[in-house]
Amino acid sequence: MKRPRLLAIVFLGLVTLSSLLAGVLAPAPYAQQFRDVPDAASSRQHPLGTDDLGRDRLSRLLYGTRVSLLLAPAAALVTTILAAFIGGTAGYAGGWMEDLVMSGTDLFLSLPWLFLLITVRALLPLNVAPLTSVVITFALLGCLGWAGAARVVCADTHELCNSDFMLQARASGNAGIRLLVHHLLPNLKPVLFAQFWISIPVFILSETNLSILGLGVAEPLPSWGSLLRELESFSMLTAKPSQFAPLILLIATVSCFHLAMQREEA
Amino acid sequence: MSSLFRCATKTVILIFLGGLMGATLVRFAPGYGVTEEELDSRLNGESLRALRASHEPPRDLMRFYLQFGGKLLHGDLGFSSAMREPVSQLIAERFPETMKSIGFSVALGWAAGLSLAILSVTARSATVDLGTSLVATIALCTPAAVLALLCVIAQAPGRLVIAAIIFPKVFQYARNLLLRSAALPHVLAASARGIRASRIFLWHILPVAAPQLLAVAGITVSMAFTAAIPVEALCDIPGIGQLAWKAALARDLELLVMLTMIVTTVTLLANSTAELLGKVVVAGKA
Amino acid sequence: MNRPYLPLLVPLFISMGTAWAGPSPDANELRFCIGAQPKTFNPLLVDDEASETVRYLTGGVLLRLDRNSQKLLPELAAAWTINHTGNAITFTLRENVHFSDGTPFSAEDVAYTMEQLMDPGLHSPTGDAFRSSPGKVITKIAGKYHVTVTFPAPIVGLDRLFDQVAIMSSKLPQKEMAVLGPYFLAENKAGAYLLLKRNPNYWKHDQAGRQLPYIDRVRLDIQQNRDIEALRLTRGEIDFINSLNAESFESLKARAPQTVFDAGVGLDSEQMWFNQVSSAPLPDYKKAWFASTNFRRAISASIHRDDLARVVFKGHAQPAVSFISPGNKFWFDQKLQPHAFDSKAAMRALSQDGFQLQNGMLQDRSGHPVEFSVITNAGNKDRERMATMIQQDLAAMGIRLNVVTLDFPSLIERITRTFNYEACLLGLVNDDLDPNTQMAVWLSSADNHQWNPNQKTPATPWEAEVDRLMREQAAMLDPKKRKHDVDRVQEIVWDQEPFIYLVNKNALSAVSANLHNIHPSVLRPQVYWNIDQLTLGKEVAANR
Repeated sequence: MKRPRLLAIVFLGLVTLSSLLAGVLAPAPYAQQFRDVPDAASSRQHPLGTDDLGRDRLSRLLYGTRVSLLLAPAAALVTTILAAFIGGTAGYAGGWMEDLVMSGTDLFLSLPWLFLLITVRALLPLNVAPLTSVVITFALLGCLGWAGAARVVCADTHELCNSDFMLQARASGNAGIRLLVHHLLPNLKPVLFAQFWISIPVFILSETNLSILGLGVAEPLPSWGSLLRELESFSMLTAKPSQFAPLILLIATVSCFHLAMQREEA
Repeated sequence: MSSLFRCATKTVILIFLGGLMGATLVRFAPGYGVTEEELDSRLNGESLRALRASHEPPRDLMRFYLQFGGKLLHGDLGFSSAMREPVSQLIAERFPETMKSIGFSVALGWAAGLSLAILSVTARSATVDLGTSLVATIALCTPAAVLALLCVIAQAPGRLVIAAIIFPKVFQYARNLLLRSAALPHVLAASARGIRASRIFLWHILPVAAPQLLAVAGITVSMAFTAAIPVEALCDIPGIGQLAWKAALARDLELLVMLTMIVTTVTLLANSTAELLGKVVVAGKA
Repeated sequence: MNRPYLPLLVPLFISMGTAWAGPSPDANELRFCIGAQPKTFNPLLVDDEASETVRYLTGGVLLRLDRNSQKLLPELAAAWTINHTGNAITFTLRENVHFSDGTPFSAEDVAYTMEQLMDPGLHSPTGDAFRSSPGKVITKIAGKYHVTVTFPAPIVGLDRLFDQVAIMSSKLPQKEMAVLGPYFLAENKAGAYLLLKRNPNYWKHDQAGRQLPYIDRVRLDIQQNRDIEALRLTRGEIDFINSLNAESFESLKARAPQTVFDAGVGLDSEQMWFNQVSSAPLPDYKKAWFASTNFRRAISASIHRDDLARVVFKGHAQPAVSFISPGNKFWFDQKLQPHAFDSKAAMRALSQDGFQLQNGMLQDRSGHPVEFSVITNAGNKDRERMATMIQQDLAAMGIRLNVVTLDFPSLIERITRTFNYEACLLGLVNDDLDPNTQMAVWLSSADNHQWNPNQKTPATPWEAEVDRLMREQAAMLDPKKRKHDVDRVQEIVWDQEPFIYLVNKNALSAVSANLHNIHPSVLRPQVYWNIDQLTLGKEVAANR
């Protein structure tokens, strides 16, 4: 698995570098509308064609990578940390504490958070900068996405606490934070990595759905989610291959994240 | 008996709390109490004022909730302003449809996710692992709206979309948990003793990961419910997910409170069952 | 090699083996989609598109506007006259007509309907169109088939308004169940579909004497997703799409050009306006911008309307001129032209108000950079695209426009209650040719005077003039005299631009090759306006 992992890391590096050098690599500004050639196929001027408003798709993909590649993993990290903290604490404490926290988690999973998001939008000024809007969006996603994973972390922690190695660690005099950090947390990695890996594309896709609430990435700033919206219509049946570029890039990037994060097999 | 009573009491309290919190979120969200009929230029001032008065939000939410609770105890689930039907009728018509969708999609999602996870773990091949991960990644990265359109094009049931949303999550959790279990010393010992691979998997790997897998099973039910809302709306499946979407757009308070309570009930039941089964498995191992 | 996972795949294959095609369409059942569950089946309270569809299919009206010729034709009323003062209309009803339940139709039913319609407690939108002034409406029955309805004041286009009034039975307790239209509601699965069956007592016959309608059943599937609706049409699961967006039109055209119809420029418009409410929670300098005619003219002159029509609507729209579409041939002021893109004129207008460019950014005389937001409803891709294109147009002028898409209830709350918005981009759905139906938009005291509603006194001289002209034309019966006033209103609106009109969309529809005798119109309902004469498959219609 060493070579595929290396290739994955190189690919991620290339994607990151391309997005950082978008100003140099992009054939045109991401907001510029070439209104004479909307929905154009690939050409020398527009290697990935243009979108429905005549904007260069490659430029928007490069700039959109910055938003999605930076903020989605950050939001995924927030979710994972929250899930680890809440689920881990509940599972470690056990008893009524675990019951209480897990009941709260179940309640959290059931509530219609759509209305909280609508309220957040109402509280924000209308003229919020696109970048601020994006950061707030992903922060919200990060803060709302932990509940399901917390349950799994709690169950896992509970099991691990009763395992032999934890018993031995306690018997050796380990307790409190040391026990948590050095013995429990490393064994929670499989669950936490799973949560992290799942959250990245989920948040990228959720961001675009939040645009119906006035959140999400505001025009003309592109993101992978907004680029994927092109495929969500009847005209997908006659879609040009270049329109699938954001989807292919997302799949490739998430796969590479997965490969890069894997442990060596036992 | 007392623990059963405590559990039942806790469940009832949580369900009502869920309803109250849901009602609060809906009531104080912007757009509550307005209707698009207000933009009808045919309406004169008097009619417009009457229309607005008829959508006036309840001033005292606690009072509304107590009255709602009182009606609920008498079996009256309220009246939906969006669908113009009693809530009980709407739920009776649509709940079975959603339960069928969720049952189908959770079963299919688990069958696919767990199968691929087991294949990935047992094959011990980097190519197989890559292939299975790629399949899961494709499902995870494709927007639900695109999957819905593909289902419609293929004349496949929209429920497949919910299954496609669940399966990569099941796959990833299951894969990682099973891999961890497979790396434990006792598995190595069993392998060294020449025990068959399938027996090792069924008796030594799976049971170790079972409590966590059951926890994942619990959350996939609530995941399926959450996914059902946009999927039923996209594919026009007449279930409670579609109802929830329409109720949300119309800010239909009574219907949304009821739906929140239903979702809370199902989530609690699923997760409690998963927890209980997990304890049974652990007790069995002991 | 052991494969412990194989048993798990069994449910997978069983599940996928489940039959998944919906029931195949019946040969004599017309199927099309509506976007939502009808909110009411009471024809007098219809206020949404889905309910209007059901009303059109089930309601019998006294007079019907032919959507093709735009002429008013007799229906349940064989003849009618309006008195010279324009406040009374007398109908001579068709004889031997029965409701769907068999009860006879007579003048009593007309009287009952009018009494219900004009009940102030009902707050019927259809009834409000008849309320030109306060006072009681008197209905006099002069015989089994003769009835006169007298209003307190003259009503312009009085006879045309009866196209929207479905006559209800005065005898049946459940008034909505007995109908006079071609179909009655047989089944209603809330949120899923409605099934309408032919009215066995429908009064119309074709020239060969065969009772209409030709099609036995109409199934209305509730389908919110327009893309899936288009897909279903291509698969033959539905028979037509009444109103199509440009993107789907082009996609369908590429697959089957003979199925799509562009009936020409419709009555609907897309427009943008600025919040001019004095109590709005906006900074004073922004209120000053929006209240300035020069500012609005400049914004208008900065917009490439041709590009909007060509790029967003794929050429199936044209730049708009005023609140009346060029498709409304009689009422549209032919002297007016759409505001052309003219950046120099825009800068001149701005400099008159002290705006100037500083480092590529436009600033007002106090140094505030010109930045504002425009809200529009999320989910409407055409409006989102228009807003993005306008954003680019204004960026070229050094103006920063922030596009905010909101869910519809939140948007309505902002524009009708809190007035917490700066600019709004929405469309006007216009079902009526007569501009009198837009009184609630143009009177400054009205609630739907979007940019500054409920004014106690007109805020500007031009709004006062518009008030005067609209009231004057509402009191006249002579269409030519009314047109003079309406033209003047159009000219004022064109000049002052409280609404920046963007485009008038074409009426686009798509029809299956299986459906015959269709004549798509710009007036709603575009495709099925002659529902009783449509035929499916090999059925041939005899001419009326």
